[in-house]
Amino acid sequence: MSETAATPPPVLSIRDLKTYFVTGAGTARAVDGVSLDLRPGETLGIVGESGSGKTVTSLSILRLIPEPPGHIMPGSLIEFEGRNLLTLSPAELRAVRGNQIAMVFQEPMSSLNPVFTVGDQIAEVARVHLGLSKPEAWIRAVDMLNQVGVPDADARAYEYPHQLSGGTCQRVMIAMALMCRPKILIADEPTTALDVTVQAQILELLEKTQADMGMAVMLITHDLGIVAGAADRVVVMYAGQVVETSATRDLFAAPLHPYTAGLLASVPRLESGRGVLKGIPGSVPPATDWPPGCRFHPRCPHAWDRCRTEEPPLLSGPRPGQSARCWLVQEPARRKPPAP
Amino acid sequence: MGGAWLIRRIAAAAAIVFAVTSLTFVAIHLAPGSPFLPPPDRPVDTAVVARLNRQFGLDRPLPAQYVLYLRNLSRGNLGYAFSRGQSVRDALGTALPNTLLLAGTALALDLGLGLVLGVILAARARRTTDVVLSNVTLFIYSVPAFWLGLVLVFVFADWLHWFPPGFTSSPGLSDSLPFLGQVGDRLHHLALPALTLGLVGAAGTARYQRAALLETLGREFVRTARAKGVRERRVLLVHALRNSLLPLITLAGLSLPFLLTGSVLIESVFSWPGMGRLATDAVLARDHALVTAVAIVASALVVTGSLLADVLYAAADPRIRERAA
Amino acid sequence: MARPTLALVGATVVTIAAVELLRRRTQAQGSARRFFAHPGGVWGLRVLMFFAVMAALAPLIAPYDPAAQPGIVTLQNAPPSWAHPLGTDAYSSDIWSRLIYGGRVSLGVALLATLVAMTVGVTIGAVAGYARGWIDAVLMRLVDIGLAVPRIFMLLLAVAYWNRIPLTLLVLLLGLTGWFTTSRLVRAEALSLRGRPFVDAARALGASPARVLIRHLLPAALAPIIVSAVLSVGNVMLLEAGLSFLGFGVQPPTPSWGTMVADGQAQLALAPWTSFFPGLTIAIVVMSWNAVGDALRDAFDPRPEHA
Repeated sequence: MSETAATPPPVLSIRDLKTYFVTGAGTARAVDGVSLDLRPGETLGIVGESGSGKTVTSLSILRLIPEPPGHIMPGSLIEFEGRNLLTLSPAELRAVRGNQIAMVFQEPMSSLNPVFTVGDQIAEVARVHLGLSKPEAWIRAVDMLNQVGVPDADARAYEYPHQLSGGTCQRVMIAMALMCRPKILIADEPTTALDVTVQAQILELLEKTQADMGMAVMLITHDLGIVAGAADRVVVMYAGQVVETSATRDLFAAPLHPYTAGLLASVPRLESGRGVLKGIPGSVPPATDWPPGCRFHPRCPHAWDRCRTEEPPLLSGPRPGQSARCWLVQEPARRKPPAP
Repeated sequence: MGGAWLIRRIAAAAAIVFAVTSLTFVAIHLAPGSPFLPPPDRPVDTAVVARLNRQFGLDRPLPAQYVLYLRNLSRGNLGYAFSRGQSVRDALGTALPNTLLLAGTALALDLGLGLVLGVILAARARRTTDVVLSNVTLFIYSVPAFWLGLVLVFVFADWLHWFPPGFTSSPGLSDSLPFLGQVGDRLHHLALPALTLGLVGAAGTARYQRAALLETLGREFVRTARAKGVRERRVLLVHALRNSLLPLITLAGLSLPFLLTGSVLIESVFSWPGMGRLATDAVLARDHALVTAVAIVASALVVTGSLLADVLYAAADPRIRERAA
Repeated sequence: MARPTLALVGATVVTIAAVELLRRRTQAQGSARRFFAHPGGVWGLRVLMFFAVMAALAPLIAPYDPAAQPGIVTLQNAPPSWAHPLGTDAYSSDIWSRLIYGGRVSLGVALLATLVAMTVGVTIGAVAGYARGWIDAVLMRLVDIGLAVPRIFMLLLAVAYWNRIPLTLLVLLLGLTGWFTTSRLVRAEALSLRGRPFVDAARALGASPARVLIRHLLPAALAPIIVSAVLSVGNVMLLEAGLSFLGFGVQPPTPSWGTMVADGQAQLALAPWTSFFPGLTIAIVVMSWNAVGDALRDAFDPRPEHA
């Protein structure tokens, strides 16, 4: 990682994370050597298609991977406040979860317990971590609901998840996450299950609270549009690996990795008029069977022999903070001109 | 909860009981052999048989008997149990409480033990404890209840002499005991039969609970609870269990047929004077009134049990409460 | 004693070989692979196959004639010994031999009765779910009534008609009292199928309801039906054993495991093995049916967390 002396140390550091799943069909190497940094106060977007490993990466941070089929391999390191999260005792880990690092999930309705009121569920965080009594925690919970923009919070707190809309449920999840003013908020596809208008509201809420609390946000999504608006830096993932890291503006202006370029090209634009939608040919290979060499080579228009045999490491690109897992960074001449 | 919904359910339940009553009535009356058929080695004057038939209205056509029966039923008159020389009311009066006592105790044991065991199995899922205990549970679930009863009788009554081999109380002795002594004596006699039924039931409940709990543990809100930093024990016992307790209510309501079936066999093993014994004797003797009455009571119990389960489930699950309202 | 023992060993070998052969032959199927990954299910299959082979080869494996009463005074209620591995009963018959022959009856009755129940249940469920309307309503009320009365009471009532119930009739009665849950299951599948557009398309092309049901419903519902059937065989075995125990089921002198337990009840204190071994056998076989049923259920409908 190229960092100048002026940048503050990252609040979260992932080094060589490997999370594998043992299935009947073989071992799925869902996350296969991922390294990234999260800087204090920034919003880091993690982008990728389904199967890229982005969700598994986010779940691995708080060790929420179901253990029988899944295993976080030894040798992986996730450093937070000088400690490796992966080697914490269960009690120490629990002290971090929901307290210093909080998480928001994709399906807000199913992520909430159907038989408890939302007020109880939010209050629970305060009772577990802040030692508050039931009435005290309830007051805090209602206050939090207010802060996340739920109208008539006193009444809403007594309701059950199924009585609320998706957007409200997501606000509840965010309220739960923010109760202890965490240093990091991991948001795994927080708006994917919501309507477009609600999406915008939730993103706005996240931005506002981040500004208020100064926390770092890890925003996982497949939607480049969200990334463009919300993220400071972007990490692009493919086939269990990080394939490009960049500041948002640089990523959209001049993507290094052909996959990123492909993703950008496949987003339809109003100005481009009618034409054929450009997808990336082929499909994501199964995690049990990554291709040899560069994992993207079967779908890459620029691929040559080296790509098929040698797996490229993350190579630093021209701009600061930019890197890509692609031989084109070393041999830019091989880049073929875009098809008309 | 919706009053209309409740009334509809009760009406449906009543209809089923009525249908069962009618079908049983017809069936038992069409059965070959009559209550007064004398054994072949002791012929009785046919005139006597005819007179008895006339006396109890058995010579009238079936529809007329049916109407008469219903009319009596509405007045609370369940008829006369020929084979026992007492009114059906009295026969049921002694037998039903005995069966309810046995089944009720067994149900309590079933649910209590089954729930605890199910939770333990789910908490230790796939580890050695689970593998061993799950197989033991499967074995007990597969065991014929009457055989288990015999095994328990042999071990605890015939061999260890800790418990009596049968009956509800010590014949002769119990009347002379003070009240507490009588209660103790009854409990002493209740232990083995209730344990037999309860163990087999608990095995089934535990299996079900384990599966339900494991399924709940795979759901997303459990992941959220863990992500909040809630300790694993609370995740299991509060977050997950509350969700999988609901089906247990239904399971309890549906346990009644199993308990009644079990009581027929267990009562035979332990000479327990309950409805099961009553039913078997009545069927053998072609005692019309008694058989019909037993069928009514049995189906009423089953139907009430499932109705109660539905009501409790609706009361407990906030989602259903909304829909029914 | 040499030849029966040899035959027994032979039966064991055949069983293990047969299961292995089955495993190999079905390797290609995902559901078969999942089934064989369940140790409980595989053991259950082995046990069931063993008892099936034993029942088939009964004359070869049983060392004594099950009806023989060689020494009613001297040999009755003898504890297990080399000559009689499971002891003798009150009539001095060898329990092991009676167990083997009894298996024919107990297993046979349970299997045939389940077949009857499944046939009736599938038919009625399919008709009800497909036809809907008043046919469905009537049939389902019938099912409600059937479920309201505990099965054993129904059987007692039916058994009242005959003094000594013939075996075929027993099978039929057991089957006719056990189809209710299956019919609900099949009805649910039929209802969901009915709503699909391709059914209307097929009907528009002139396909008769029967054809739609057989060609489309059955394959879809096959997995849950099989699981339901396997699990219910165990239940029927317990029910037959119970009835025979009370004297209403299989009639003497035909040995069934249930009647053997009943026979042993009178001398429980002095010769417990007479009731113990038949009952234990029932438990083991029913347990095997349940284990196979569980494994099949997981094999057909795999869920990530399932053990």
